[in-house]
Amino acid sequence: MTGEQVIFLIVGAVTLIAALMVVTVRDLVHAALWLVATLFGVAIIYTLLNAGFLAVVQVVVYIGAIAILFIFAVMLTRRQAADTGAALNKNWWAGALLAVLTFTGLFFMLQSWSGFQKQAAAIPSGFDAINQLGDALTSPAGFVLPFEVASVLLLAALVGAVYLAFNKK
Amino acid sequence: MIPLSWFLILAAGLFSIGLFGVLARRNAVAILLGVELMLNAVNINLVAFWRYGDILLMTGQVFAIIVFAVAAAEVAVGLALVISVYRRRSTVVAEELDLLKW
Repeated sequence: MTGEQVIFLIVGAVTLIAALMVVTVRDLVHAALWLVATLFGVAIIYTLLNAGFLAVVQVVVYIGAIAILFIFAVMLTRRQAADTGAALNKNWWAGALLAVLTFTGLFFMLQSWSGFQKQAAAIPSGFDAINQLGDALTSPAGFVLPFEVASVLLLAALVGAVYLAFNKK
Repeated sequence: MIPLSWFLILAAGLFSIGLFGVLARRNAVAILLGVELMLNAVNINLVAFWRYGDILLMTGQVFAIIVFAVAAAEVAVGLALVISVYRRRSTVVAEELDLLKW
């Protein structure tokens, strides 16, 4: 077993345990903090996949913006400091069953695919992923149109969010 | 070297956990936390297929970046809705928001 595999197994186990804590702990602030742990795990997975830029974006956007937004929303939507009552609804067993079925279904579907055990090809020398990504995002031959549409979507969503949460009184 | 299957199994597990969170949590903010886990699982798959496919085609990474933008938009609108609902109904428990239920 190589060092990369050991790192993957440790990070993967921590990510999955943190994700389980996100969906089961009662206190929502703790759930949001476990989400931060999960997102850090995913950022390390990106690094293992040689996508360093995405790992940085994951930390800056997901942990720096989205997770903090969650913590603010949790604090703005409760009367007492502590969450009481059940964390899960009374049909949680059906949700668990569906989740297990989804996982086993995905697993067996993927196992029947011939490329499942594929190994990564070596990165060609002189390959600069960030340069390539910047070119792809801004060149008309690449993905400049989806990129601009995404920015308009983000602007519209943020204006809509301000309008929805604005207190008219 | 890590085979592709490890990443795909990790992503499938993360997606299933997120699905469980969406279906089983009572609090609306916690349901959105589950949606975030599912989006992250999809992103792991996209980046893994970029790395194990043709590395010169940046499609996987570009798609992952657009998923980031969509996730940020979804969280902003979702949490604004939750705050708006809380202001009117003083609750964010999903099963108590049953105005449209007969």
